[in-house]
Amino acid sequence: MTGGATTDGPERQAAKAPASPPSDGSRREPPLLSRAFDALVAVPVALLAEIGTLARLLFETVLWAIRPPYRGRVFVEAMEFIGVQSVFLVALTGFFVGAVFSLQVIDGFRRFSAEGYTGTVIGLSFARELAPVFAALMVSARAGSAIATELGSMRVSSQIDALTTMSVAPVQYLVLPRVVAGLTMLPVMALLFNLIGLFGAYTVATQLFGLDGGMFQERVRWFVDPTDLRQGLAKAAVFGVAITLIACRQGFYAEGGAAGVGLATNRAVVHSAIAVLVLDYVVTTFFV
Amino acid sequence: MSDDEERKARKAEGLDPVHVRVVDLKKSYDGVEILRGVTFDIRRGVINVIIGGSGAGKSVLTRQLLRLERPDSGRIEVDGTDVVPLNDWELVPFRKKFGMVFQFGALFDSMTCFDNVAFPLREHTRLGRKEIQDRVMQRLEDLRVAHAAPKLPGQVSGGMQKRVALARALVLEPAILVYDEPTSGLDPVSSRLVDDLIAETSEHYGVTSVVITHDMASVFKIAARVNMLYKGRIEASGVPDDILRSENPVVRDFLTASGVAMR
Repeated sequence: MTGGATTDGPERQAAKAPASPPSDGSRREPPLLSRAFDALVAVPVALLAEIGTLARLLFETVLWAIRPPYRGRVFVEAMEFIGVQSVFLVALTGFFVGAVFSLQVIDGFRRFSAEGYTGTVIGLSFARELAPVFAALMVSARAGSAIATELGSMRVSSQIDALTTMSVAPVQYLVLPRVVAGLTMLPVMALLFNLIGLFGAYTVATQLFGLDGGMFQERVRWFVDPTDLRQGLAKAAVFGVAITLIACRQGFYAEGGAAGVGLATNRAVVHSAIAVLVLDYVVTTFFV
Repeated sequence: MSDDEERKARKAEGLDPVHVRVVDLKKSYDGVEILRGVTFDIRRGVINVIIGGSGAGKSVLTRQLLRLERPDSGRIEVDGTDVVPLNDWELVPFRKKFGMVFQFGALFDSMTCFDNVAFPLREHTRLGRKEIQDRVMQRLEDLRVAHAAPKLPGQVSGGMQKRVALARALVLEPAILVYDEPTSGLDPVSSRLVDDLIAETSEHYGVTSVVITHDMASVFKIAARVNMLYKGRIEASGVPDDILRSENPVVRDFLTASGVAMR
């Protein structure tokens, strides 16, 4: 519950300080080959350590999920923050992604007189890929960064320690509601992105290029199966857990004052974006 | 009757004068030993002060005392029970015995001062809205910060934040109150007010107080027992007069540097 990094006192900073070089100048640089090997190994080791930390936090979160107390109000607040407050951003980006995708698809399909399939391509790509991925990236940029900052500030100002001393499990109080909100609200955001994106694509296709609206709708209805939607929603749920967990991890274990919180926020957004794209591939392999 | 027999007899009556016993506590970070076998007692119902310079291990010791971290070895006996081997779940009843006033208050900045003080009651009791309101306002009035109730922590002064933090620590009526550097960052007048507050709280609520500080003016004003931490060990223990008269060179150096003793 309370494991992991905490704010550094002078004692621990001293403990972390590198040993000073010997005064007789006898310190030798390690051989080039050894340094190259260390540098090569450092990246995968850091990656594995990060995955391990995330897995441990997820495990603790699941454990705390089955233990009382259940704080309904905290869950609702987290869902409101991650979901409701992201509606405008998701809707806006959804509309323009749909509009620009429609422009590109029609422009491309015109070359071999296949504009009629615009609805099919856009419908499928939104349901399976664009809606969950873009919604996740938008929510991560807005809510993920805010979560990392909030939890990071709480960590460096001892508020998380204060929770522990009051016998309130910080993972249960701070991480669990946010992860559950990510799991439940991201599919809703993906669905919204889907609808608004299709509307944007439809508007461009019919109003700018004069495509037949009925045909556009018919092609979407005909070619986009519930399976495609399920694939998108499953991805969104996975992304929701990933981005909230990464944001919580970065904030929860932040250290080093204001600069550390800034770094945590930065990492939360970058790591989330990478995780979304990697997980997108992984989840897709289960469906195709 | 020997000291040990007397202690056992008083313990049987629930009056063991030792509230918390720390035995041979060790803690390292990255192979560097910060606590090197700390042993001392926290006496029941009085103000116990732990002094020491920067880097002596005070903050690390506080974190072990509250079991925010698990020590590498040693024992921390609270009312006779060793809390070191306990897991987070088993620690809950012990943590409820402690109240903690952090160096900078550590108030939740998204909540009003009222909600900060009400938080432990909402988490750990089934009190109704009216009872919580009454109890929180009573604590805030006792500490003369009732007017801060509707404000956010960021809207009140550092001294008031400390009072609100103390109200939050006291609201569940803990048996042991730990203060981490309570006067740090305050002007001399506010520091003495905080000292008075600690003394009043100890007397009024009868709690065992543990004050971690290097403010020597505070020490000689409020302490009943003093433990000096130096390089991860307890260098000296006793009543304030024992410390003041100590011939231990480390203690002398510390007192001299603090301006409370002549070389």
